[in-house]
Amino acid sequence: MSLRERLASGGFAVTAEISPPRGASTDPITRTATLLRGWVDAVNITDNQGSNVRLASWAGSLAALAAGLEPVMQMTCRDRNRIALQSDLLGASALGIRTILVMTGDHPKFGDHPGAKPVFDLDSVQLLWTLRTMRDQATLLSGRTLDPAPDCFLGAVENPFAPPVEFRADRLGKKVEAGAQFVQTQFVFDVPAFGRWMAQVRDLGLPERCAILAGVGAVRSMRGLDYMRDKVPGVYVPDEVYRRLRAVPADRTAAEGVRLAAEIVEQVREIPGVAGVHLLVAGNEQAVPGILDGAGLGVGNDGR
Amino acid sequence: MCRSGRHIPPIPAGPVTARPPIPAHPHLGVRVAYRLQRALRPNAGWRWFSARIEASGPARAAFTGAERLVKQDLFGCRMCGQCALPVTGYVCPMGCPKELRNGPCGGVGPDGSCEVYPAQACVWVEAYERAASQGRAADLRLLHRPADNRRWGQSSWLNYWQGRDEGLWTGEADERPGADP
Repeated sequence: MSLRERLASGGFAVTAEISPPRGASTDPITRTATLLRGWVDAVNITDNQGSNVRLASWAGSLAALAAGLEPVMQMTCRDRNRIALQSDLLGASALGIRTILVMTGDHPKFGDHPGAKPVFDLDSVQLLWTLRTMRDQATLLSGRTLDPAPDCFLGAVENPFAPPVEFRADRLGKKVEAGAQFVQTQFVFDVPAFGRWMAQVRDLGLPERCAILAGVGAVRSMRGLDYMRDKVPGVYVPDEVYRRLRAVPADRTAAEGVRLAAEIVEQVREIPGVAGVHLLVAGNEQAVPGILDGAGLGVGNDGR
Repeated sequence: MCRSGRHIPPIPAGPVTARPPIPAHPHLGVRVAYRLQRALRPNAGWRWFSARIEASGPARAAFTGAERLVKQDLFGCRMCGQCALPVTGYVCPMGCPKELRNGPCGGVGPDGSCEVYPAQACVWVEAYERAASQGRAADLRLLHRPADNRRWGQSSWLNYWQGRDEGLWTGEADERPGADP
């Protein structure tokens, strides 16, 4: 069952994330995809995440596809202009990559090539709009026609916790207007704040038009949590979460992180309008079975 | 700036500013800005005036230079030539380091700061606050079309009065994102 079918059937979707290796081999992706197959509906293949050079997202997506797991090819606006982005969609669709996640992308300043030229020719809303028009109207941004048009299921991201918080549901509304059919959120550590955002999202009638997948991550170590809190733009960690993880001995932090993630999955599942979860576990994929089993969503529980 | 190829801009561009995209706090109160907006709205007078300016090369250069001086000071204008200020609470989105015309991104700090220049406020946070303070928050819901990079250095006031800015943003998502080439 594809992610699109899972969401259409009203089932609770689970996606995870693989960051491609820094090297010219897809073997690590094949290994991780094989591990995750059966546990998740689809897996994101990140696009040079954090502005660090990695194996290309399209190549990683092909490797996941070959390993029998649906890839969600991430596409950022940071490195390619409108010509390259449209060309990439055509190539991806032709090769069987049909689920695309569009995001603005981190600024190069945060990565391993801080002197790189930031492109940002389109923003995420404009890219979604462009890809939808390519698919639905068989038309490029230039107005030229496509034969055949690409097929794609379009996703977006949103951060419910970043200022201006009152505008974040509206911003998702813009993305839905532009063509987003599903959205994966930034890490949810603060469930009540996420619930407040979801109430606004429901008021705008967005869950009927766009499947909302809550981002949930498993903390592996206090160092990792500190890094996420202080260095990753847009991640908000409430004090009680921080205190809870600090209270356990260092060798049990990872287990407590999985337990916390499972609890958050269970809690967001109860929020009306939430269609699934996106497990932000890149580099820690072995935590996925533990989180899903803990949340009662393991293999066999859900026919996945 | 490349002038070769078949996409020659209809209007010669002025000198391109080297100012990188850095968030700028506007130095014009939002209430005054909206009042000016009403006065500057395109009408027969402004159309006539802008056509006269465009008819002469030196007049256009002088006018464009004056616009640059005024808007650089007030809004940190970078002369993209396709002004979004009327629907962004008069905070320039081209000061966003990602030049987002449909911002803000997800990296805004808890205090509303820009992730790339943490000492500066995110232009979209300021845009939302200023627009909302005047009951114009709905402006931020409009979808902005991709910028036309041929327009850098041009006068956006002349473009505005001459009706060349009409397709910059829209609420009608059924229309194509690309303005007609």
